[in-house]
Amino acid sequence: MRDGSFNILIGGEAGQGLATIGDFLSKAFGRCVYSLVTTSAYESRVRGGHSTVALRVSVEEVASPNESFDLLVALNPESVKLHRQDLSAQGLIILDEAFEVDDEACIRVPFKELAKGKFSNIAAVGVVGFLLGLEEQALLRVLEDFFSRKNPQLARENQEALTKAFRWASELPPSFHRTLPPISDPPSRLIINGNQAIALGALSAGVKFSSFYPMSPATSIPLELIDKGKQMGLIVEQAEDEIAAVNMAIGASFAGAPSMVATSGGGFALMVEAVSLAAASETPLVIVVAQRPGPATGLPTRTEQADLEFVLHAGHGEFPRAIFAPGTIEECFHLTRKAFELAERYQGPMFLLTDQFLADSYRAVKPFDLKSISPVQAPSEVSALSTPYRRYAVTDSGVSPRLLPGRSEHLVVADSHEHTENGHITEDPSVRKLMVEKRLRKLKAIRADAIPPQTDGDVNPELLLVSWGSSKGAVSEAAARMRSKGRAVATLHFSQVWPLVEEQFTEALKEAGEVVCVEANARQV
Amino acid sequence: MVTVDDYGTYQTAWCPGCGNFPILKAVKQALVASALMPHQVLLVSGIGQAAKAPHYINANIFNGLHGRALPVATGSKLANPELTVVVESGDGCIYAEGGNHLLAAIRRNVDLTLLVHNNQVYGLTKGQASPTSEGDFVTKAQPRGVTSYPFNAVAVAVAMQAGFVARGFSGMIDHLQTLIQQAIAHHGFSLVDILQPCVSFNKMNTFAWYKQRCQDLPSDYDPTDFEAAMKVAREWEERIPVGLIYRNERTAFEDRFPALDRGPLVGQEVDLEKLKETMEEYR
Repeated sequence: MRDGSFNILIGGEAGQGLATIGDFLSKAFGRCVYSLVTTSAYESRVRGGHSTVALRVSVEEVASPNESFDLLVALNPESVKLHRQDLSAQGLIILDEAFEVDDEACIRVPFKELAKGKFSNIAAVGVVGFLLGLEEQALLRVLEDFFSRKNPQLARENQEALTKAFRWASELPPSFHRTLPPISDPPSRLIINGNQAIALGALSAGVKFSSFYPMSPATSIPLELIDKGKQMGLIVEQAEDEIAAVNMAIGASFAGAPSMVATSGGGFALMVEAVSLAAASETPLVIVVAQRPGPATGLPTRTEQADLEFVLHAGHGEFPRAIFAPGTIEECFHLTRKAFELAERYQGPMFLLTDQFLADSYRAVKPFDLKSISPVQAPSEVSALSTPYRRYAVTDSGVSPRLLPGRSEHLVVADSHEHTENGHITEDPSVRKLMVEKRLRKLKAIRADAIPPQTDGDVNPELLLVSWGSSKGAVSEAAARMRSKGRAVATLHFSQVWPLVEEQFTEALKEAGEVVCVEANARQV
Repeated sequence: MVTVDDYGTYQTAWCPGCGNFPILKAVKQALVASALMPHQVLLVSGIGQAAKAPHYINANIFNGLHGRALPVATGSKLANPELTVVVESGDGCIYAEGGNHLLAAIRRNVDLTLLVHNNQVYGLTKGQASPTSEGDFVTKAQPRGVTSYPFNAVAVAVAMQAGFVARGFSGMIDHLQTLIQQAIAHHGFSLVDILQPCVSFNKMNTFAWYKQRCQDLPSDYDPTDFEAAMKVAREWEERIPVGLIYRNERTAFEDRFPALDRGPLVGQEVDLEKLKETMEEYR
């Protein structure tokens, strides 16, 4: 336990229940209101291979994972081989007594006896829970929420395994105890990952339609919408491909349902033509691109930040867009809302750019305040409209009054061709010019709405770390560590990566000695 | 009372004598006969000469991308099932570029009407083969004739037990109007494959060629008989049967969504109190 945080790594094969241990412990720590970052690394397969779940728990706020750890839960002997070198000096290894591993850090657990060989993962939770000083009752309450509603019999057996393991661990010598410092007056937290926060943000913004084609690491966004949106009046449809998904969302949005699609790089590649359609037809649309390493199929379940240029330039022709890159779980929620607001206000495609690291990593966050927010408003009948209604009436702001088909006697005509103000095909050069200018005028207001980058740390620093999106936590922690060693370090972080407003950050770049861009990709941007 | 005049008269970008004209007329007459006001109708199309048809009808329109009319129509219908949604595009748009969406639309059985202007050729791009072009058809792009076998959308739709499958001919305008009207009335997905000449680029399947072959189905024909429909759908050589070939009463897609029990998505309030309760599940 250096830097005040305690780090746990769970290693094993896909299918051994690692995620359950990770979820379970995350909830348990979160309810005891420790700050928490839970990340997962897994292979693109359903069984076998090697996966890990890493938890970093701290009394202080933490926002990034750690590479070394203090406790290894090894669900197979291979986990010890792979991760032993990252274990801290006082580190412990929890494993099955049957494993032939010769290491003095080992706590050999009789899983067969404690958990009938079936619930070893829950038994492991019991052992870890005791060693870290969590209360047995607190663990049992989490267990109840996990299983009782689904299967009472399974809940009972798991409960037995948990209790037996917890008591077995209490017999261990005190030298194995790693009791976490207690927290006083706990505020309550949600344990939530990036994709869940995006789904919640979308629901709070009033999303009514989402269509998707499954693709890691984005799939859990629509799945979360299906699960959590049951009561919210929402349709989520699995489309035949990403092209259909995005066109359906455009159709739904045109008819008045705030709509969102979520995908990753390869799926987004298929959606690109329709990005341009949303822009030309001036249809609100929120697109989430959860990055994974490319090119092509790349590494389906891993993380990378290499699609910024792609999303920035996606779509033929010229049109305005905004791209948000959340750096925290809270930003996943709030920037999703912002993307919906902008899509509705400026009638076009707006983006959220995340990655597998943020999508899948859990943090303990304060519940989102729903009191001060309001859903986006789909346009209603406008009485002051000039008749006949012109969907693409040229205005100073570039934003035309949007009506919905079938919601009034006005007819709504939308077109992917260049069109007249009333939505019909035209090749008239003067109309073309008007329409191009009208659409691009919207960029002025989108720029005025842009979220400035956050600067933090020393003024006139010798080193300025520049970052965007999910690397926020790691970069700010690295800067803080360097500052504690006496270096003058500052950070400049972008949570909105387009449009950029130069005045908001060029001074910071000039004032710094050295500027280093920290991104999870191979290029120097 | 709604009249054909309510659906307007426009200048078109079509060639004189194009089969699109009678189809346009039949569509307008069918909308009027269905007692639909223009604002109750949404016409969705892709790209091609046929896909321009909605621009010549006074109604709500979404003219999207080549091949992608069906997904747009699906999204719009789900957002607001009160709209009467009609998709109008050509054989290239629906059967080539949008082929996957056609299969998915048949499986979903969303209550929308698909009118395919099928002239067995690409018009707008000037005369290449379409998925329905036949073997002897020689073009600049297919100088040795068409080397792929033609796609029979009607047979495919029947095989997939689509809700409503019909074939019409632009030269039988009243017959076509009735088919379109029936298709609109059908609660579920309906396909009307409409044969039409292309006077500029298809010198093989001419008006006379179709006229000679297209024959209405006998009055005792039973469109609920799947085996008979399969046989009729595959007839092409000497006689091309036109009419309602197959129908069933499968559940429409949108009837399966509890979210729509409360009316169109577009009119529903967002219940933040419910969301607050939902958020508790993350503790």
